Amino acid sequence: MFDLRDLYLQVIVDHNKAPRNFGKLARFNHEADGYNPLCGDKLHVYLDINDAGIIEDVSFEGEGCAISVASASLMTEAVKGTPLSGFQKKFETFQHMVTADLEETPDEEKLGKLAVLAGVREFPSRIKCAVLCWHTLKSAVTDSHVVAKTE
Amino acid sequence: MFDIEKIRGDFPILKQEIYGKPLAYLDNAATTQKPQCVIDAVTCYYEHDNANVHRGVHALSERATADYEAARKKIAFFFNARSEREVIFTRGATEAINLIASSWGGAHIKAGDEVLITHMEHHSNIVPWQMLCERVGATLKVVPINDRGELIMDEFDALLSERTRLVGVVHMSNALGTINPVKSMIEKAHAAGAAVLVDGAQAASHLLVDVQSLDADFYVTSAHKMYGPTGVGVLIGREQILETMPPYQGGCDMISMVTFEKTEYNDLPYKFEAGTPHIAGVIGFGKAIEYIQGIGFDAIGQREKELLDYATAKAEVFDGLRQIGTAKEKACVLSFVLDSVHPHDLGTIVDREGVAIRAGHHCAMPVMQFFKVPATARASFSIYNTEAEVDMLFAALKKAQAIFA
Ligand SMILES: Cc1ncc(COP(=O)(O)O)c(C=O)c1O
Repeated sequence: MFDLRDLYLQVIVDHNKAPRNFGKLARFNHEADGYNPLCGDKLHVYLDINDAGIIEDVSFEGEGCAISVASASLMTEAVKGTPLSGFQKKFETFQHMVTADLEETPDEEKLGKLAVLAGVREFPSRIKCAVLCWHTLKSAVTDSHVVAKTE
Repeated sequence: MFDIEKIRGDFPILKQEIYGKPLAYLDNAATTQKPQCVIDAVTCYYEHDNANVHRGVHALSERATADYEAARKKIAFFFNARSEREVIFTRGATEAINLIASSWGGAHIKAGDEVLITHMEHHSNIVPWQMLCERVGATLKVVPINDRGELIMDEFDALLSERTRLVGVVHMSNALGTINPVKSMIEKAHAAGAAVLVDGAQAASHLLVDVQSLDADFYVTSAHKMYGPTGVGVLIGREQILETMPPYQGGCDMISMVTFEKTEYNDLPYKFEAGTPHIAGVIGFGKAIEYIQGIGFDAIGQREKELLDYATAKAEVFDGLRQIGTAKEKACVLSFVLDSVHPHDLGTIVDREGVAIRAGHHCAMPVMQFFKVPATARASFSIYNTEAEVDMLFAALKKAQAIFA
């Protein structure tokens, strides 16, 4: 049977306790808010995209459950230094992983550390916790100025 | 005697396992489970008596109508309404409040008037008043709460004025468990010339409610929180007031005569029941009321207090737990946060241990804002819950802490 430890893997617990890239960036040129009204999760992401279209730096602030904080923390690590075109691919790969059939093994080569979040598939009500940060980052990239939601 | 085993046996859903663990259903403030007698009443209606009400001369329609109206009678008696004309069926507490805001509020609340609600209202007793105030130019005022989650009565007295048209107050808070002194609030509101709406969505399954002794102008509740079906609830209104109110929705059942020039409205309570009602739901509601009466509020109150005391004592000595809502007068709700675990994670973790609780804002975001938490975990109890289930909850909390240690 699926175990809670498959959702709350040590990596996730660690990232929740000590989120990476947490806080406001000293210099940024994009930002966005994300909000999940169901559980009250709030996120704000900051982005510094350089002239070559590469994510030079990224950070987040906010409060939320362990899944949403860990996911945001892992996301910042995964996208830092990548070109925007790469971000769009990562977004889709991540979205696919958390909504894919349970039988499908996550593509660890493409996903890297993000694969630790594959466990949320077992917990349908928690998927949106994992994807909120990605939607927020996407709003920041596109400067949409609407609060990102996952619905 | 309160026979817990017999009561548990009345609720078929409780016999199941969740992830291989016995189910501990501690989310009763969201909705209660249904006893077999209610399930049977609904089934029996569909199997034997299904027909539209108030419309047919055939046997089925007459049976359905008789059962529907018998339920109204039971409910009138249960709440001690003056007559069945004061008992209006709605989709639930939410629709009942919207009915009052729209019909009574639309007719009586004008620019410059005030509606006084409290900081612990459920969204369904906030938003309809906000919408109305915005529409007519009235002002929404809010009675504050203290750190225990009790209304500050001096502030209530101060906020009540000749501008106050209506006081809207929750009888028992779903987020905190607080039981409000509605009787004295109603007395004061009436002295100030204001009408009072009491939101009894939580209270009605835990406390004896007598609308005449309370002297409430409007009392609303939902069947599904009282062991009855979802999708049905009731507004008990003072007849003199209901008489003066315009209809809420137009349709059939609420009319006595329709021509293209003019429509004459039906008498109470039908004036407010447009369209085919939730007949099975009302019949099930009536059966649920009978079920509650069979146990009696003395026994219910005593047992539920015993269980809340047991859970509260455990909560008080649980490391890292902060209770949200510690009113002197409270019932059946243990709302809390843990230092190290977000309520949402807690909900998921205890679920895997078979324990169903609610994690979130409980449709009372202002309460969360007051206590400066994004959400709480809430265990809410009912007549069928046991000390063993409370133990399961606290064991599961320990497990959650271990995961995040
Ligand atoms: C205090 C209170 N008021 C109103 C409601 C709304 O009830 P319903 O959703 O059944 O209309 C609830 C239900 O959560 C409640 O707890």
